[in-house]
Amino acid sequence: MPYSTTHRGLAHTFGDLKTLLAKATPLRSGDVLAGVAAESQVERVLAQRTLAEVPLTDFLEHPLIPPETDEVSGYLLESHHPAAFAPIRGFTVGELRDFLLSDEATPQVLENLTWGLLPEMVAATSKLMRNQDLISVARKRRVVTRFRSTIGLSGRLSTRIQPNHPSDDVAGVLASTLDGLLYGGGDATIGINPAGDGLKPVVELSTVLDTLIRRYEIPTQSCILAHVTNTIAAMERGAPIDLVFQSIGGSQALNKGFGVDIALLDEAHAAGQSLKRGTVGNNLMYFETGQGSALSANAHHGLDQQTIEARAYGLARRYQPFLVNTVVGFIGPEYLYDGKQIIRAGLEDHFCAKLLGLPMGCDVCYTNHAEADQDDMDTLLTLLGVAGVNFVMGLPGADDVMLNYQSTSFHDALYVREVLGLRPAPEFEAWLLRMNIAHDNRLSDSRGKALQLPEVFNAR
Amino acid sequence: MDIKKPDSWTHLRRFTPARVALGHVGHALPLEAVLDLALAHAEARDAVWQEPDWERIRVGLRQSGKAFIEVQSTAPSRQQYLLRPDWGRNLSEGSKDRLDSQRGHYDLVLCLVDGLSGAAISENALPMLEALGAWLEHTSWSLAPLVLARQGRVALGDEIGAALGARMTLVLIGERPGLSSPDSLGLYLTYAPHTGNLDSQRNCISNVRPGGLSYAEAAETVRMLLYGAKALGKTGVELKPDVKYLP
Repeated sequence: MPYSTTHRGLAHTFGDLKTLLAKATPLRSGDVLAGVAAESQVERVLAQRTLAEVPLTDFLEHPLIPPETDEVSGYLLESHHPAAFAPIRGFTVGELRDFLLSDEATPQVLENLTWGLLPEMVAATSKLMRNQDLISVARKRRVVTRFRSTIGLSGRLSTRIQPNHPSDDVAGVLASTLDGLLYGGGDATIGINPAGDGLKPVVELSTVLDTLIRRYEIPTQSCILAHVTNTIAAMERGAPIDLVFQSIGGSQALNKGFGVDIALLDEAHAAGQSLKRGTVGNNLMYFETGQGSALSANAHHGLDQQTIEARAYGLARRYQPFLVNTVVGFIGPEYLYDGKQIIRAGLEDHFCAKLLGLPMGCDVCYTNHAEADQDDMDTLLTLLGVAGVNFVMGLPGADDVMLNYQSTSFHDALYVREVLGLRPAPEFEAWLLRMNIAHDNRLSDSRGKALQLPEVFNAR
Repeated sequence: MDIKKPDSWTHLRRFTPARVALGHVGHALPLEAVLDLALAHAEARDAVWQEPDWERIRVGLRQSGKAFIEVQSTAPSRQQYLLRPDWGRNLSEGSKDRLDSQRGHYDLVLCLVDGLSGAAISENALPMLEALGAWLEHTSWSLAPLVLARQGRVALGDEIGAALGARMTLVLIGERPGLSSPDSLGLYLTYAPHTGNLDSQRNCISNVRPGGLSYAEAAETVRMLLYGAKALGKTGVELKPDVKYLP
């Protein structure tokens, strides 16, 4: 169904809804690469003006990817709640944008809307919002999850320690982990990307982290970010798995590229639940996503990269995950060229995920071939802190020595907590005090001195 | 009063290349750590944006008596190369003509491709060729003229190999720079190169540089892969480097 507008007496027509959404998207290199971006600045704004007039019901009546051929579309439509949608049923996309910014859209009203919103409606709305709009609406929508710590409460910001090592060396991983703990990090998770494939690193590293967590009675949870089939196999062998990780995307074809489908994710979720390892709650899935992954797998169905990214969030919420984050700058400059595009995408992803009810975090990051640097990361980190992001990454000196990119450091997390008055998860904050690591966000000078180190360090 | 607070666990540094135990000033990193990272990032950025020292490569090749052809992809600039990976996979029209004029029946063509690190080619391409030449020259294999390629991705080697009529292509390419490895060279071997080869049909040797994988080790792995590819009639996931293939 075509959509039209007129400008200076000339008619402008957009062939269908996905074309309109793509042309209305703020400029990013991945949409240009896909050939779906607006061809001029004027065309982009005209598309935004046209999109503002589109009724929300169009997204229900004209699915962007047919549910007959895509199980993600099938789930998104079947999980849509008409009762939750009822208050905004008569709205256009533009009216939804205005409503979200209004005083009527209280945190409770936004929470009640959660399952009435399709990801595509949220993505469309974000295209009509400036950065400040994305921040102020997301800030109203807290999403709280629990396992051994409570993540996402108002006034809190958590971190994942990412202690990657080029050869999964146990002492190397633990050195980075202890460094992170002693800098007040790790309340979201201690999450390792293994360098090696297969089952072995999952069993070995989850056992090491489990021993560490029990030894120091740390109110946190471990995660080995391996393919979900390896995590399931590790659980079958009795490995101490806390969080179950998987990369996911917004189409069945992309998930096939990741080697998963809904049935497999259901199986992994059930297996994790059956272990009952959480103490304050049992949210346990951890998903990573990122704009551009669909195009790079040729699984984007002609959609712009931000819209198909939002669909991944619609799938993620099926599992009430403990953590979700976009790895926003990891994919490279052919998808997000520079700091400006990375910052915008990070704010969009956080906004869309939060409105859809996800405990959203962000890997604030860049690669060395993107036009970005530490200053851009400072900007995005600060903006996400204001927007109420649930968690960010913590790496020694911001440098991932295994994946070869830069994320945020333990010190960066201290900075954003300091300037915005944010604190770690309550259980973890009490632990930091008990261990004499930090008190009221102030690091103790004597921390670490009395710490009994794990035996692995003595052996060498 | 000491403003800068060192960490008491600096002895853990020997267990990891990660930047642990950096100390702090207030909540911030000490300046030294900030500048260390900035310098490593600057080296990586320069590696991406600076062209390989092609003149040095040419001189080196002439000195060792190797013939070469220079080509480029359809990416007109470094910026366009970064934005359009597809343009880096195709040969410019003039380049195709130059290769066509040298078309023959070759066992192997070696391609030096700038990729994402000019520094990798400047620093490591000639010594890597020397290590390969140490045994390649003693085989009966027919080698195509070397190809030097600008603004290229790995898959540019497919079109080069097909245009020259080579059974196999070995691409030596600058890898995406990491902070500790701005000059890392990657080697990609592809059997029956043609446009549309999948990445799963290649074998890759990564991180060749001083401080990473040595030239001699990389050359030995290439040797096993080349003979293996000849025996199996393919490269890719089914081919593993193995001494059993060696003559």
